[in-house]
Amino acid sequence: MPLLRTPGGGPPDPRPKAPAARDAPGAARRTGARTRASARRRGPRRFTRRDLAVIGLLLGIPVLLDMVIVWGPTLASVLLSFTSWDGIGDISWVGLRNYENLFTAYPAFWPAARHNLLWLAFLGLVATPFGLLLAVLVDRGVRFSRFYQSTLYMPVVLSLAVVGFIAQLILSRDQGALNAVLGNTADPTDWLGDRDLNIWMILLAAAWRHTGYVMILYLAGLKAVDPSLKEAAAIDGASEAQTFFRIVFPTLRPVNVIVGVITVIEALRAFDIVYAVNKGRNGLELLSVLVTDNIVGEASRIGFGSAIAVVLLLFSLGFVVTFLVQEIRGESRR
Amino acid sequence: MRGAVAGAGAIALPALLTACGGGPGGDGKTVTLGSNASDPMPKKAFADAFSAYAKQSEGGRKVKVNIVDHNTFQENINRYLQGKPDDVFMWFAGYRMQFFAEKGLLHDISDIWAKYEGFSDALKAQSTGADGKQYLTPYYYYPWAVFHRKSVFQKYGYTAPRTLDEYLALAKQMQKDKLIPIAFCDKDGWPAMGTFDYINMRSNGYEFHKNLMAGEESWTDNRVRDVFDTWRSILPYCQPGANGRTWQEAATSLQKKQTGMAVFGLPHPGQQFPEDERDDLDFFPFPEIGAEHGQDAVEAPIDGFLLAKKSKSLKNDKTMESAKDLLSWLATGEAEDVYLAGDPNNIAVSDRADTSKYTPLQKKAVELVSGARQISQFLDRDTRPDFSSTVMVPAIQDFINDPKDVDGLVHGIERQKKTIFTSES
Repeated sequence: MPLLRTPGGGPPDPRPKAPAARDAPGAARRTGARTRASARRRGPRRFTRRDLAVIGLLLGIPVLLDMVIVWGPTLASVLLSFTSWDGIGDISWVGLRNYENLFTAYPAFWPAARHNLLWLAFLGLVATPFGLLLAVLVDRGVRFSRFYQSTLYMPVVLSLAVVGFIAQLILSRDQGALNAVLGNTADPTDWLGDRDLNIWMILLAAAWRHTGYVMILYLAGLKAVDPSLKEAAAIDGASEAQTFFRIVFPTLRPVNVIVGVITVIEALRAFDIVYAVNKGRNGLELLSVLVTDNIVGEASRIGFGSAIAVVLLLFSLGFVVTFLVQEIRGESRR
Repeated sequence: MRGAVAGAGAIALPALLTACGGGPGGDGKTVTLGSNASDPMPKKAFADAFSAYAKQSEGGRKVKVNIVDHNTFQENINRYLQGKPDDVFMWFAGYRMQFFAEKGLLHDISDIWAKYEGFSDALKAQSTGADGKQYLTPYYYYPWAVFHRKSVFQKYGYTAPRTLDEYLALAKQMQKDKLIPIAFCDKDGWPAMGTFDYINMRSNGYEFHKNLMAGEESWTDNRVRDVFDTWRSILPYCQPGANGRTWQEAATSLQKKQTGMAVFGLPHPGQQFPEDERDDLDFFPFPEIGAEHGQDAVEAPIDGFLLAKKSKSLKNDKTMESAKDLLSWLATGEAEDVYLAGDPNNIAVSDRADTSKYTPLQKKAVELVSGARQISQFLDRDTRPDFSSTVMVPAIQDFINDPKDVDGLVHGIERQKKTIFTSES
């Protein structure tokens, strides 16, 4: 997810300075010494050769890496999706046949695409708002808020694969904790094997982790909201709800953007949790799993798997482009 | 963007794997060996076997083992064999070996195979590629059968059924005795395949099964529908919710006497039994369905050793000689004895191996396979790996979820089979 990778660690500066801009003052100082009169008219033409070399190097290396690591493989995936290749023999061009098979003859494809959308909807409409709610509650200083904060944040440090194992310990039909607690041993519910049920169980487990993550991000945002804004709203007679939705929430815009991006990423890259539970089969299909199933492994169907990867790519691009357009419009309006 | 990542993986992996391949040609006496025996018990048993080889070798030959996690080894086998593989590597018999032989990634070992002693014709067939040459040195195998506890059978006075009707009658009786007749699991995707294989071989014979697996018969054929119909008649006696149960959980239910029987391979149920209860484990061959096929075929996956063609050091004649010497030794009964002393969950392929130290269960397993007219490997070893993993695993899980829609199921399989077998061959 090259375009969206920034929020991995912490909230980045939403408007990073371009390297060129950072470099400009130095260039200005040097050229300024010579032509003091036109010091204000700084332009790219005034860069010395050395500056250009430095800029070229600093920009060139990341661009090159980006090409090699991100765009090269992406392009290769797209090209491979029109071929048939088992990873050993010759690559043969098959046109659109992989896509045709994918859409018409591969039973796992449509469920997988549906599940990815469901994942997005569930995280976006349930887990994320819930995380915001928790953040607001903790921020208002309910009793033991420190305790809640750390408890809710705890799952975030677990990898989703571990969450998957925990889910199995709790939800296994015969040996799971939940059925033991419920005491329905005669006809136990098959939480993870029933394909109408298991996706919801897994979504709950994934949301358990996602909520804590979202909460901590919003909590940081809420701490940064200027209290005088709220006071002013209160003096103007705004109710609590009004204050939140009209004043506080809009000022959280940078955090909202980050949370939105994270939610989309989490939904599209979901993989490890279902893979840990049952290799992403039997009701837990996801596009990412289908890609892995077809490409990794012996006698791989690399062409076919690439076609699925391309679908996932288009899927993600749809969100990325929408997001970027929104962002650019928002920027220009301000 | 997983697409891009996976794409990158496809390109970057070979380079990574080659980085951890074996060293240079060396002295011609050290043979490198790629091992997938990452579990503690086989790992130790193989170490014993290789040190026994070094000890008996007069020319001071020895084996340098590179152990890779079992599943990782399997998933990377393509790139491993194309990159810088070890001289010798562990792999499976049957279609999965023939596939690589056809791609020219294995060395023909017909010359030394001709000198092997104590191997049956069925074993030879499983070591032979599509071109009629031998590629695999078989080492051990384990049969699949219907397992049960002796004490349970004694307590209720059950006897081992020989035909499907007797099997179903026994299952019915177990239900009356408040047992779940057949432990059943398929969360892992492969355990239920054993039942499919057996029903197909018992109803339609080994030849049909083999051809079906090779993509030469149609899945919409009435004979295949019959298999699923027969299976459906057994399902009411199987543990419900199989798609949510691991094989370990199913085996545990057998151990706890909640279930009466289970279709498993020899190593599976025993692992879930405490040491002092292992003697209580017994099995009978999968019951007869059609009289003409009787109980002829036995499913017994074979593991063995092969020579990798892309290995650099095998280009050195001395190393090649050493590697073939190693294979010839591994094909002897003594070599198998050393291994099985450390891993009693399998049985030796050679009839020269010493069976006197076998457990009663192992002895019975030897009887079962040596009486077999044909030996099958297992669904995921008898057909193209992409077909078994991306088509058959979900198809069988679908069948377990909805056993009534056989028509939709077989058409779905046939459609996908065509895309896989025609496009990539």
